[in-house]
Amino acid sequence: MDSAISIEAGGVARGDVGGASVLLRLAAELVSGQIRVVDLTQTLAPEFPQISLPPEMGQCWPFRIEEVSRYDERGPAWYWNNFSCGEHTGTHFDAPIHWVSGRDLPRNATDTIPPEDLIGPACVIDCTAESAADADFLLSRSFIERWESVHGRIPARAWVLMRTDWSKRTDPVAYQNYDETGQHTPGPDAEAVRFLVEERQVIGFGSESIGTDAGQAQYQRPPFPCHYYMHGAGRYGLQCLANLDQLPPTGAILICPPLKIRNGSGSPLRVLALVPA
Amino acid sequence: MVREFARPRRKNPVLRTRLPNLPPGGRSRVALGLTAAAALGRFELQRCRDCQAVQYPPVEACSRCLSVRLRWELQSGDGLLIAQTELAHSNDLFFRERLPWRLGMVRLDCGPTVVVHLHGDCLPAPARVRVDARLDRSGQAVLFALPDTETANMADDPQLREFTCDPRFRKVLVTDGRSPLGQALVEHLVKAGADLVWVGQAEPWKQFPGLDALRAMPQVSIVPLDLTDSSSVRELAAEIGGRVDIVVNNAEVHRTHGIGDRQGIETARLEMDVNYFGLLRLAQAFGPALRARAADGPTGAVAWVNLLSIYALSNYPPHGTFSASKAAALSLSQCLRAEMRSAGVRVVNLFPGPMDDEWNQTVVPPKVSPAVLARALITALKSGVEDVFPGDVAQEWLERWRDNPKALERELAG
Amino acid sequence: MLRVSLSARRVRHDYQGIVAVAPVTVPYVRYSIRTAHWFLARALAELLRVAGIDKASVDGLCVSSFTLAPDTAIGLTQHLGVAPRWLDHIPLGGACGVVALRRAARAVQSGDADIVACLAGDTNHVDSFRLTLSNFSSFARDAVYPYGAGGPNASFAFLTSNYMREYEVARADFGKLCVAQRENALRFEHALFKKPLTLAEYLDARLIADPLRLFDCVMPCAGADAFLVMSAERARSLGLDGVRVLSTIERHNGFADDPIQVRGGWALDRDDLYDQAGVGPADIDFLQVYDDYPVISLMQIEDLGFCEKGAGARFVRANTFDWNGSFPLNTSGGQLSAGQAGAAGGYLGVVEAMRQLTGVAGARQVSAAAVGMVSGFGMINYDRGLASAAAILAAD
Repeated sequence: MDSAISIEAGGVARGDVGGASVLLRLAAELVSGQIRVVDLTQTLAPEFPQISLPPEMGQCWPFRIEEVSRYDERGPAWYWNNFSCGEHTGTHFDAPIHWVSGRDLPRNATDTIPPEDLIGPACVIDCTAESAADADFLLSRSFIERWESVHGRIPARAWVLMRTDWSKRTDPVAYQNYDETGQHTPGPDAEAVRFLVEERQVIGFGSESIGTDAGQAQYQRPPFPCHYYMHGAGRYGLQCLANLDQLPPTGAILICPPLKIRNGSGSPLRVLALVPA
Repeated sequence: MVREFARPRRKNPVLRTRLPNLPPGGRSRVALGLTAAAALGRFELQRCRDCQAVQYPPVEACSRCLSVRLRWELQSGDGLLIAQTELAHSNDLFFRERLPWRLGMVRLDCGPTVVVHLHGDCLPAPARVRVDARLDRSGQAVLFALPDTETANMADDPQLREFTCDPRFRKVLVTDGRSPLGQALVEHLVKAGADLVWVGQAEPWKQFPGLDALRAMPQVSIVPLDLTDSSSVRELAAEIGGRVDIVVNNAEVHRTHGIGDRQGIETARLEMDVNYFGLLRLAQAFGPALRARAADGPTGAVAWVNLLSIYALSNYPPHGTFSASKAAALSLSQCLRAEMRSAGVRVVNLFPGPMDDEWNQTVVPPKVSPAVLARALITALKSGVEDVFPGDVAQEWLERWRDNPKALERELAG
Repeated sequence: MLRVSLSARRVRHDYQGIVAVAPVTVPYVRYSIRTAHWFLARALAELLRVAGIDKASVDGLCVSSFTLAPDTAIGLTQHLGVAPRWLDHIPLGGACGVVALRRAARAVQSGDADIVACLAGDTNHVDSFRLTLSNFSSFARDAVYPYGAGGPNASFAFLTSNYMREYEVARADFGKLCVAQRENALRFEHALFKKPLTLAEYLDARLIADPLRLFDCVMPCAGADAFLVMSAERARSLGLDGVRVLSTIERHNGFADDPIQVRGGWALDRDDLYDQAGVGPADIDFLQVYDDYPVISLMQIEDLGFCEKGAGARFVRANTFDWNGSFPLNTSGGQLSAGQAGAAGGYLGVVEAMRQLTGVAGARQVSAAAVGMVSGFGMINYDRGLASAAAILAAD
């Protein structure tokens, strides 16, 4: 029922000492293809949309890249680039310190987060149909409970990933989905977030759109509830994820370590999932 | 009579694209006074402050009374054409390619006799004409005699066209269509007869008012262009760089901060990234093709326009970081001008005072409207001016700056 | 020994006892890969050969050249290995021959030099004319060259079209002068033009700068001309036939306020010229004028008093200008038919006058030539020629 437990249950042989043989078994199954690695990351590229705040506010840098040399007079035998971006550019990780509600928590920044928090089981809640029907779709507590009735209870310290197939919108205009009233992208409502944090002790929440909160979340109470409650409770966020359609509802392991930026609020990262074949 | 300039035929792709030649650009230092005035669209000659004699060619001392107190002053340019010729031969490559070439000698009402390029509608000598100072393709001032009354196709004189950057039948890139100014520029360029206007759009997910109106114009093509993104600039240059005749770089970021009222450097960096580095990226990507096409027929590549600001001349502390970014852009535009000069492509700088836009919401009038600014640019292109100060505020600032830059600095400090 | 002549205008010393001898020409060529130094060296060598003197006897040197840069006369002394005690460099273009003559005469007269070699010459590379034009003067660089880079062609087109309109001169009038000069040139071994010119060919020639056509414009070339100035006694002792200098004038920027040039400094100074020589226009047996363009020939004929201002066209129609015509003009063909070897163009009339007056002009010899006039004009600094000069010479 619990996905992490189920792997363990299937993997431990009698007489093994500690987890060493688990890791050997994992390595073997990675080689044999019994465990597949799914890349949940968007490619970092200048044209990938970034979060836009009102123009008078400070802005997150988009991803930009400048060639240093390319086997030329600037460096004859080597090719390399300099790139720049914000902590919240592309597929990225939100640390608790990102939000005002989490600013005073211990180990709340990218360099101090317990590393064991960065690997954990994933529960994938499919909201594809609902998001397609309504870009402002809000994931509710009842929707989650219906999901649990099919796939089992969300275990403690699991990642909850909201699958919307938003990442399949390759046109930046459709991906951002702005109109004069702002952005229209799906996300959780306040009650759902509190449920996940307080009653399921999730380790974090992940989404396919820009922001773990919905596009119109500034009108929720409190505004941006996913940021407010998740980070306020020391939990994490993942945004701009891709390929969630390749994950089972349960049973995948998520690997998502951000860059070790001192006092960082987050960072772009490579998010991988281990999935039973 | 000069005939109306007709749309040139499509280029024969079998023929080589010719390389630009420039008219003779050497001048003595004192003669650069004529160029300095012509860059602003003024015809100025030296006048002796002691005996009042007007001088030409430019001199170091009054040729009448030997005073060295000479001052460049605005002249009317009215005069009598006393002789004319039409060159059928020239030792200079630029003119060899443009023969026959009409020249005249004009006795100016203010005194001197001047050698001039002669408009085709000027009547045979003796005839009244109006002399104006124009920048030629080498960026130096020369004198041009025009008929003293407007004629039907005056701007279409083939010689005059060598001194102007008329947008008619040309293809233009306007780097930002989002701003009201960008939209006014596009509208006026289309009205001036531009064949095609590519309009840049950064962050395409941000819809903006006026986008549909732009799209509705048959001459307009919206293209992705983000001046902060080198690859975006390079990609667009690869797609259209070989066809652009006029670049109008109006993309800018304007935030209203000085040093003390804004933490950190992020907004200032964004201003620099667009206003300064954006120009650099654009110039590196589009400059070479523009230079290469400067002699590509009668509607070849001809001009590069930068939207600067009067604040580029002297810092306006309430908009201090913006001023600094525009000063940087001004400096870079001078480099660009020098590099484009080898091809005869004119770099035109616009120095508006506060524009009537969002970021000058709290600046008291007068403010220059996008339409006035757009009209000023078209006029500048058609008359060949290099530095444009559109609107009353810009004109006043210019006068103050020319009069005493230090005094202006203190005035702006409030 | 010196006599003072009192003209109507001013008191001037005459040139008594001074002669110009040994007119030489370094043959003209259209283009040369040599430098001006080469032509000037050959000119000096030819002077020494003709005069039968050695280099050390030359203690005065006067040089004119457009293409000597970066050198001037002083640098040339080292090139030529001479040690003159009197040196002059005369950058006056078409006036340099007469001016060199009058200055050298004064130098010898005063004892500052015994023998002055007057040299003028230039080279002509394929591109050197254009370079000379573009760097001719600061006014030209600032206010002429950027206007079509026509050089003197454009300037003289203005002067010519204005002159034609103002004084009702026809192109055929200019043509008559050019055709006659070509006749003369056919009898001058150094002239570059070897074929006769018809009036029709002149009128229909290729347009250069309206109204100027090809045969209105001199052809730049390379070459040199030279002569020596010394005392009459010294010339006699060397067995050289010389010409005396009866009078000279020189004037620069003469009519600065004229809106466009229709006259030159000669009009200011011609009375002086005739008074000092004690002759009048009717006594002049031939005239050598500076003729880079025929309008200037006409201007000199008028301004030197051979006819009234504006009567030039009638004068042309009433006369013939061959070596044996009613008014022998530019008897060696002038620059228009001999070629313009740079500054040597300013010497062409002087050496030709010397040949005519010493009777060595051969097939073009003007009969009984006793008094001749040479006129020079030079330096289109901006919109007009600034330098004017003239001399009346007589057989010794």
